[in-house]
Amino acid sequence: MTAAAFPFTDNLVAGVFILAVTTTVAGALIAALSTRIIRGVAGLMVCCLGLAGLYYFLRSPFLALMEILIYVGAVCVTIIFGVMLSEPDEPAKTEKPVHAILWGGASLLVSLMIFWGVSRLSLHGAWTAPAARVTDGSIKAIGVSLLTSYSMAFELISLVLLVAILGALVIARMGRTKA
Amino acid sequence: MNLSHLHEQPGIYLVVAAFLLAAGIYGLIRRRTLIGMLIAGELIFAAASLNIMTLNRFMAPDPVVGQVFVLFIMGLAAAEVAIALSIIIAVYRNYRSIYSKDLSEMKG
Repeated sequence: MTAAAFPFTDNLVAGVFILAVTTTVAGALIAALSTRIIRGVAGLMVCCLGLAGLYYFLRSPFLALMEILIYVGAVCVTIIFGVMLSEPDEPAKTEKPVHAILWGGASLLVSLMIFWGVSRLSLHGAWTAPAARVTDGSIKAIGVSLLTSYSMAFELISLVLLVAILGALVIARMGRTKA
Repeated sequence: MNLSHLHEQPGIYLVVAAFLLAAGIYGLIRRRTLIGMLIAGELIFAAASLNIMTLNRFMAPDPVVGQVFVLFIMGLAAAEVAIALSIIIAVYRNYRSIYSKDLSEMKG
């Protein structure tokens, strides 16, 4: 076993894993709670970086790279363009403090109950490990199944992306001619 | 608890995914601008992806299926963001505001 040849390798792996989990959770908290939207976008970026680390630990380096490429590189940058073209900062507190506490408490209660319920369901579910693996889950296996089993979905998603690009252009232009 | 096999336990990933879902729903309720709600929606997408990848890694016989599924989720999320942002910009041109409280008129 070569991993044990270097001292503290297991602790290093555990440390990087804890770092990935903490990054994901902290990014999600920033994205959900920050007052200024641009900080929320930055929190989403941090969250996606941590998520890429988690994908790596789930033995999918391909998805880790795709997460960074698509989310951090494309989705968050596009949202930042949207932030620059509008004025999305949360408006000053117009609601009464009583209402703010009431609605904040209610939504906190709802999300806590969802968190508790889903976690309980996940942890106490009777999950069974598979008897054997059919493929090794490598990038080559992903490519083969994308072009054989899932070729129809692959073509459909390219069509969806094309329609989305055209629709985005049309909708954005319509707003311009009206104003 | 054995620290060295922390990343081999599906429970941690599943709880993190549940936390992402809860944070996304909290943001979706509490945010008052459209872009903030879009960010919260992305958190929910991330929760679904992480959950599918965990079950794919630990419980599925074919590890390719979950990766392809999550890849499709990422593609759909990218398309959704493009459409949503163009709608948001069109709304901002017409209303000069993207606060969800101001968008109370409908036509048709």
